Amino acid sequence: MNVLLGTALVLVAAAGTVVVVLRDPLRQALAVSMFGILLGILFFAVQAPDVALSEIVVGAVALPLMILLALAKIRGGAQ
Amino acid sequence: MTRRTRLRLFLVSAAVLAVVVIAGFGKLPVFGHPGPTLGAVLNTLSVPQRHITDVVTAVNFTYRGVDTLAEEFIFFAAVTAVVLLLAPGNDEQADHASDAATGRWVPQTSDAVRVLALALVGPTILFGLYIVAHGHLTPGGGFQGGVVLATGVLLVYLAGEYTHLHGLYPDTVVEGIELGGASAFVVIGLIGLAVGGTFLATWGPLGRIGQVNSAGNVPLLNLSVGAEIGAGFVLLLSAFLRQTIVLRRHPPTRHGLGSS
Repeated sequence: MNVLLGTALVLVAAAGTVVVVLRDPLRQALAVSMFGILLGILFFAVQAPDVALSEIVVGAVALPLMILLALAKIRGGAQ
Repeated sequence: MTRRTRLRLFLVSAAVLAVVVIAGFGKLPVFGHPGPTLGAVLNTLSVPQRHITDVVTAVNFTYRGVDTLAEEFIFFAAVTAVVLLLAPGNDEQADHASDAATGRWVPQTSDAVRVLALALVGPTILFGLYIVAHGHLTPGGGFQGGVVLATGVLLVYLAGEYTHLHGLYPDTVVEGIELGGASAFVVIGLIGLAVGGTFLATWGPLGRIGQVNSAGNVPLLNLSVGAEIGAGFVLLLSAFLRQTIVLRRHPPTRHGLGSS
């Protein structure tokens, strides 16, 4: 196991923990985006570039975007 | 259930789970050494047999193409459901476009963000098309490229206003593209059934290994998936943005409640 792989594994574990520990959905949405990028790097490090691409476009862009838009709608309706 | 019983229940279940997981991990192949498995067979077969240099694409679109078809329609059903859920309700009306999160200071989009987003629209769409078109040669394909294409549309929103995005395309055209992409996959498969005897059998020219116009049906399949996924994500974005930015809930006036 090389250094890149080890670092990526540790960072993914740390980012995942951060997503769970943050309890505010807005902060979680941004943290989950970061988690998506790190998971993409991990997939790339284990030579799975196809999965890495999917993970980055869905995990780092599409998913946080949907969460942010849903949050904006909910907060707007609460006023 | 008291806190104490709950804790006991958790500890017992966690112990059982730990035993099962540790026993399971013991049987896994050594990390980084998968051993002689199906992967080795596919690695040696996919280039000479299918003229596909990206083995993942070879698996997704030829060796288990029917699974990909099912995944296509899972996505199709999910998009349909979300668009239905987010459709304007009876008590909702289109208002002037504004940020729904009232009660807080919203900074103006800076010129730097607008210029950067505008400059990225063209390259993003080109990159999306590249990823779709080279799915059989390099990592990527219809799904990844489709989402990148939809990101290009999102950049238009980031560079301008919601009204610009709204005027850019009618929803019916995007729905048509999504439907066309999803059905093209089935049609390509049915042609294979008619010509080669099995669903999704290769009927396109295999071509020279490493060229864009090679690998039989796979570039066509990637194109159909790219159209479906890209259009689906654009529909999702449109529905979410419409709900967030222009639709406001008005109490029904027939009850005489008026607006609050």
